[in-house]
Amino acid sequence: MLRHAGLAFAAFVAFIVFALPAVALAGVPKPVIDIANPGQCIASPEVMRRTHMDMLLHQRDKTMHEGQRGGKVDLNGCIDCHASKSNGSVLGSNQNFCQSCHAYAAVKIDCFECHQPKPGKARIAGIKP
Amino acid sequence: MSEEQKTGRRAFIAASVGAAGFVALAPGVKLMDLAQARAPGESVSGKVRWGMLIDTTKCATGCSDCVAACATENAIEPGSGRPAQSSQWIRKIELKEKTGGHRELSLPMMCQHCANPPCVDVCPTGASFKRADGIVLVDRHICIGCRYCMMACPYQARSFVHEPLHHQNPEVPRGQGCVEACTFCVQRIDRGQGPACVEACGKSGHEAMLFGDLNDPGGEIAKRISTVASSQVRADLRLDPGVRYQGI
Ligand code: SF4
Ligand code: SF4
Repeated sequence: MLRHAGLAFAAFVAFIVFALPAVALAGVPKPVIDIANPGQCIASPEVMRRTHMDMLLHQRDKTMHEGQRGGKVDLNGCIDCHASKSNGSVLGSNQNFCQSCHAYAAVKIDCFECHQPKPGKARIAGIKP
Repeated sequence: MSEEQKTGRRAFIAASVGAAGFVALAPGVKLMDLAQARAPGESVSGKVRWGMLIDTTKCATGCSDCVAACATENAIEPGSGRPAQSSQWIRKIELKEKTGGHRELSLPMMCQHCANPPCVDVCPTGASFKRADGIVLVDRHICIGCRYCMMACPYQARSFVHEPLHHQNPEVPRGQGCVEACTFCVQRIDRGQGPACVEACGKSGHEAMLFGDLNDPGGEIAKRISTVASSQVRADLRLDPGVRYQGI
């Protein structure tokens, strides 16, 4: 009896180790990203993925309180490149740049409660979010 | 020096004349050169104090070009069906004297960018603040929408955003749940332009609004304030507003 329990436990551990990640990988699709203007970002994707929020947090205080604009880190700069071709925005569906990764990572994105998610030109063209 | 003298208009003029040594501008250097001279990555300077002089004798009754220009620049739209709740960064006020010749005058009213701003005093979070160059702003990243500042402002200059917004100017983030007011078009000032309302007033031919650095003794606005009688609205509160009115 004890031996059977041991086997069952081993099988259970094996399931956790091998099968579950496969289920998870199959179950949660990786973000599919559609970028309107691909090109040279201000840093490598690895750096941007890990630190874009810190860069933006730092810059937001510089801009808001000290009036420093147009530097390397610029949320409008992100949007100018990363807005999608389909709706001209970084939001809208899980194919849009910001929304795709934030949905994947289950991190709420607050920026666009106030910031315009479309580049200036798209806003003028009147594309609705 | 008593508190009254410190914050009074005379003291202000004395201070701006006294600042001549610090702001060593050559004669003829234009007001906006200071802003343009700021390199990218350089912070705003406390040597500058942005202000406005409004000549009510030139402001035309019925004209609202300044209000329209503000709405365009800052993407201010009327709220859905509740005009009383719409944001209002600048408004026109029409006045009529009850006695004498019943003189009528009109003027634009907006955030006065007080040197001693009560909105900043009461803000529990630090969201309301005064930038080094005298522009009073709300940091929406910090504002919790408590609206204390709206109560504290004697000029009813601030508005609360009640509804979600979608058509913001990318340079002017605005959103539901925060308080906002005139920023002197800070996004334009940071690239060396003046406020949109002042530009529109000039284009309309009325030229009732003058914008510039109050601390620059060689500048047009400081010269005008030192030579013509101007007043502060509710000067008794000693808030030292950056917006002055002529002819009221
Ligand atoms: S006018 Fe009102 S909102 Fe503007 S700085 Fe003065 S108290 Fe604050
Ligand atoms: S509404 Fe915002 S800016 Fe005004 S007092 Fe409250 S936290 Fe401060």
